[in-house]
Amino acid sequence: MMYWGSVSEFLAMGGYGLYVWTSYIVTALCLVWEVLALWRRRAAAAAENRGVL
Amino acid sequence: MGINWLKYSAPQAFYPLAGKLIPWFSIVAALAIAVGLYIGLLVAPTDFQQGESYRIIFVHVPAAWMSMFLYVVMAVWAGFGMGLNARLSFMMAQAIAPTGAMFTFLALLTGAMWGKPTWGAWWVWDARLTSELILLFQYAGVMLLRTSIDDLRRADRASGVFALVGVVNVPIIYFSVKWWNTLHQGASVSMSGGSKMAATMLTAMLVMTFGFWMYSIAVILSRSRCVILEREQLLSWNKSASIPEPVEAR
Repeated sequence: MMYWGSVSEFLAMGGYGLYVWTSYIVTALCLVWEVLALWRRRAAAAAENRGVL
Repeated sequence: MGINWLKYSAPQAFYPLAGKLIPWFSIVAALAIAVGLYIGLLVAPTDFQQGESYRIIFVHVPAAWMSMFLYVVMAVWAGFGMGLNARLSFMMAQAIAPTGAMFTFLALLTGAMWGKPTWGAWWVWDARLTSELILLFQYAGVMLLRTSIDDLRRADRASGVFALVGVVNVPIIYFSVKWWNTLHQGASVSMSGGSKMAATMLTAMLVMTFGFWMYSIAVILSRSRCVILEREQLLSWNKSASIPEPVEAR
């Protein structure tokens, strides 16, 4: 069920590799960054709350 | 049903509920995105017109759909907030905006990545692209209005009204490819006409959309918990054990 013949063919994306991989990598970075930023924000908010007590 | 849903309209009841739900939505999101990527990048055949550049569709369309969908959900929460004077509703609207803005940015960026090889231009002032760019400014406006007004209640209302008025842009984005002669291609999937895509391509796109949707729920629930902590800081309820101790000792 695999469409590609080789890894290099897959990475080249028929000559559109730059466009396709930029799209996927930037999307992945944004999602991961959002999750990490939320972890830090929650830790900061929880710490702030303890400071109040 | 034996569950009193109204109970969860109180931030202190919603906070632990959201905490319990986040892992499940995260797991489902991760699985769906993995399956979607597998089908979209490895199994789906090439497009006979556009070649492999069409594979951008599997992130572009889900991101664009989420950008519009989240805007409407955000406006609905803001509307509930104003109608029912419910603070959790405004908190939800506040929690949705950054994720919606991020998906709008991603829709525009992946669109540029698709436009360059297909049209020969990163950007054109076409109705679809322009209205989506306006959506990004609307998200920015909603967030800026909130941060620029000190009084929380006024900030909630101002950004809420702004969000509600801006809803008119969502059908404009959606129907722009029909109403105007656009360079942007028409809908790949429409409510009336079904799909114009091959079954594997459609499957990958829908699975990715489902994954982004579940991801959005997970991060929005997570951000809503931050917002609750930040806004209800001085109230007494969160002195209880509902806040876990940090992992590292202080």
